Amino acid sequence: MTDTKKTTRQVNVTSKTSVSVLFAGDSGDGMQLTGTQFANTVAVHGTELNTFPNFPSEIRAPAGTIAGVSGFQLQFSSKPVYTPGARFDVMVAMNSAALKANLKDLHRGGIIIAGTEGFDEKNLKLAGYPEGANPLEDGTLANYIVFPVPVLQLTREALRESGLSSKEIDRCKNMFVLGLLYWLYTLPLEGTIETLQAKFQKNIQMADANIKAMKAGYFFGDETELFANLGRFDIAPQKQHGTYRRVTGNEACAIALTAAAKKSGLELFLGSYPITPATEVLQTLAKKKKYGVKTFQAEDEIAGIVSSIGAAYGGALAATNTSGPGLALKTEALGLAVILEVPLVVINVQRGGPSTGLPTKPEQSDLFMALYGRHGEAPLPVIAARSPVDCFYTTYEAARIAVEHMTPVICLSDGYLALSSEPWKVESPDNLAEIKPRFQPARKPEDPPYLPYKRDDRLVRSWAIPGTKGLEHRIGGLEKQNETGNVSHDPENHELMTKLRAEKIARIADNIPLQSIDNGPLKGDILVLGWGSSYGAIKTAVEEALEEGLSVAHAHLRYIHPFPKNLGEILGNFTKVLIPEMNSGQLIHIIRDTFLIAPVGYSKVQGVPFNEMEILTKITDLIKEIQS
Amino acid sequence: MTDNDTTIKTPPVLTAKDFASDQEAKWCPGCGDHAVLQQLKNVMPELGVSPENIVILSGIGCSSRLPYYMATYGVHGIHGRALPMATGLKVSRPELNVWVATGDGDALSIGGNHFIHTLRRNPDLNVVLFNNEIYGLTKGQYSPTSKIGLKTVTSPSGVIDHPFNTAALTIGSGGSFFARAFDRDGKYLRSILKRAALHRGTSLVEIYQNCPIFNNAAFEAFASPDNKANHTVYLEQDKPLIFGKEKNKGIRLDGFTPVVVDLDKDDLSPSDLWVHNETDINKASILARFADDKALAEHILPRPFGVFFAEERVTYEDALTAQIREAQKNGCATLEDLLKGESSYVIK
Repeated sequence: MTDTKKTTRQVNVTSKTSVSVLFAGDSGDGMQLTGTQFANTVAVHGTELNTFPNFPSEIRAPAGTIAGVSGFQLQFSSKPVYTPGARFDVMVAMNSAALKANLKDLHRGGIIIAGTEGFDEKNLKLAGYPEGANPLEDGTLANYIVFPVPVLQLTREALRESGLSSKEIDRCKNMFVLGLLYWLYTLPLEGTIETLQAKFQKNIQMADANIKAMKAGYFFGDETELFANLGRFDIAPQKQHGTYRRVTGNEACAIALTAAAKKSGLELFLGSYPITPATEVLQTLAKKKKYGVKTFQAEDEIAGIVSSIGAAYGGALAATNTSGPGLALKTEALGLAVILEVPLVVINVQRGGPSTGLPTKPEQSDLFMALYGRHGEAPLPVIAARSPVDCFYTTYEAARIAVEHMTPVICLSDGYLALSSEPWKVESPDNLAEIKPRFQPARKPEDPPYLPYKRDDRLVRSWAIPGTKGLEHRIGGLEKQNETGNVSHDPENHELMTKLRAEKIARIADNIPLQSIDNGPLKGDILVLGWGSSYGAIKTAVEEALEEGLSVAHAHLRYIHPFPKNLGEILGNFTKVLIPEMNSGQLIHIIRDTFLIAPVGYSKVQGVPFNEMEILTKITDLIKEIQS
Repeated sequence: MTDNDTTIKTPPVLTAKDFASDQEAKWCPGCGDHAVLQQLKNVMPELGVSPENIVILSGIGCSSRLPYYMATYGVHGIHGRALPMATGLKVSRPELNVWVATGDGDALSIGGNHFIHTLRRNPDLNVVLFNNEIYGLTKGQYSPTSKIGLKTVTSPSGVIDHPFNTAALTIGSGGSFFARAFDRDGKYLRSILKRAALHRGTSLVEIYQNCPIFNNAAFEAFASPDNKANHTVYLEQDKPLIFGKEKNKGIRLDGFTPVVVDLDKDDLSPSDLWVHNETDINKASILARFADDKALAEHILPRPFGVFFAEERVTYEDALTAQIREAQKNGCATLEDLLKGESSYVIK
């Protein structure tokens, strides 16, 4: 083990509670890998952690330009963290474009570690700096602590005798930076060494070079005078004992579907078509064959959902995953799933729209589409995940509702949750809710005829799957006669069936938990009502507001349709309800319409998540308004 | 999963009537769909599959009402999407016997993308494509197989779209089975449906089906006793391509060009003719071109019926099942394994 506390020279180690770091560089600089490695090390070290990768939609945007900047932000802390940090304390900028694109989000007085080779004349020009201007030299960064490090030169020196080509050597520069950050935060190198050895199993030379570059970065921190005044930092690990894993939202969705299949005894079928930022759900499940998972990469979004409807009809736990444009294509098939009354999980990982919009950026703008985006009256349950780990619990819940209530369910995530990660204490199978499919048993010739649309007290029909003797029946998209399921154009029957389909979904409220207050008093001035990925920002902001003594509470909705039965009562206990949304105000319409109250909306439609400072400011302003 | 009756009994001998549902077929009188339905009911008992293990799926259109009239499992889906629905079902339940009823609009227009991709993947589905060269249910608009010049409500001056050639499209999409049959020739249709059912992979059967209301007599050239013999050739494996009222016409291959010869006049014997081989994709591709309008207009080539092409190829669901078996060769992983993952770490 490298003893990270000991250094060759006596450099001070200062304890800190939390730090937010951004690794930023060109798309080709390996910043995602660097950030991920750093996050893994921090997680295993036992600190709390939240990560957020931010990269362009182009695979390789022009090198050196602002469009090509790729970033990986993370916050690690001795206390629970729910966001990657409103602003970062430390920024690694591998080139001038990375600095220019991100400087506005760096704390005043924050640390900049700049790879000087990315600040040469060519790079400065590509980043759009005026001729002759270099932020590292012209005093424009006077409000920050700047450490210019010739990363490329030092990497080349370290690897001079590695036997690698100069191109390969240059590619190791991100490991140098990683090593330097490990030194700065007194973190161990072993985890990354093991990862590199495993990754380059067949290319030991490459593994050694990467490890050597990382160690060179580490020892550079140790030996240079550059950091003498700053010193090093230590974020004490505070995690409870136990076994953990780090998951992204998309991975969590995939694990949840597989877990729900295992728990219910069903086979998982995912029909899907690749779309950013939802694709990792398909990719993760394609690797789960040893759990018996069947994935089908369809020719389009429509075939993705329709193949799943076919599998659901056959008795599988069927799912499809997509993002906005894909959900739009699936809407006709959703109508079919509603009228067939088969279980189906639809995971919609929202991104900026309309059309191709901002494919790699998050937004919460598909709520209306999820609730209403179908022809005819086709109600279905809509639930939303709040954090990467919650993507597991919410997707699992979507599967439970789908199977137990024989209905398609839309589970909303977004591009922020999809790619962000946090540590997850490994869940015990016993803690997962039971999921009980209600298969119709075989029928003997002397038994009364099978009625496909006969309902139980929750208005749920039974699941009669092919292969079951005596239940042969035909169903379809045409309106059906109550109970028999035969085609019917009878006017009264259509109205009855429309009501039954709606009432069936409404009664799901009997089978979901009541809404709870996440934080704060049960009565007070302001309730911040959120849904989806704004959880972390709201949670952090409300925590701070409470520390300041403000009368504020936070409730976060998982169940958007139907609402928990006590939601109206909770809303009534506060003078004002504040609803922050990453859209122009969608949940607020539904709350206003359902409860006839006048909430205050707070919109952000920029393709970037809310941060805690924005929410806190809004809360403070609103309190002043109430008090005046 | 289900409470299946596990006691072993001799299965009763089923008849076509056992496959008729209690719903009355609501197609127009004289519609070719009635004939296809009847042959499907006739062929079902011959397959040795219990009704509960048969599923018929469909899209939208006149032909897509078919599942309602069969006493099997059935789903009447949405326009053009029966094939992916059937694929999802078959992949999830490979033991089921899955059929798709579709039409020229459903399969080749709105469902065109699914058509080509299903064929290349080759799930074991039996696809019955009712081709009446018209949109019936929406009342008479031209379809992607309507002939150039056909006047319809949406082509009052005549169709200008070049029509799809179903056979060429099937073979070009990598389909493993293509056959053509005719609604009026029930016995032959039944034999073709049986061949399709026995083929493992996606079997595409194009049925020329008359719409007496909106496109009557579209296939009259192959139907009337006067013309039929001279305008059709029935394909039989390892048999020469012979046709004509007097069985005196044949087809020879001159390089890649099929040529009609007169066995009496040209001093040729059947052994000089093109011998049908349904495993030969090149010959099947040439046969597919017999349907092009030019050929018919000039009375050069007869329209082929029967199995053009049949290839043994792994089905999609078998390939997937094999991958899953390989992944599970050391046993099926548990829920506990899943939740723990492969990169968990312990905090002490």
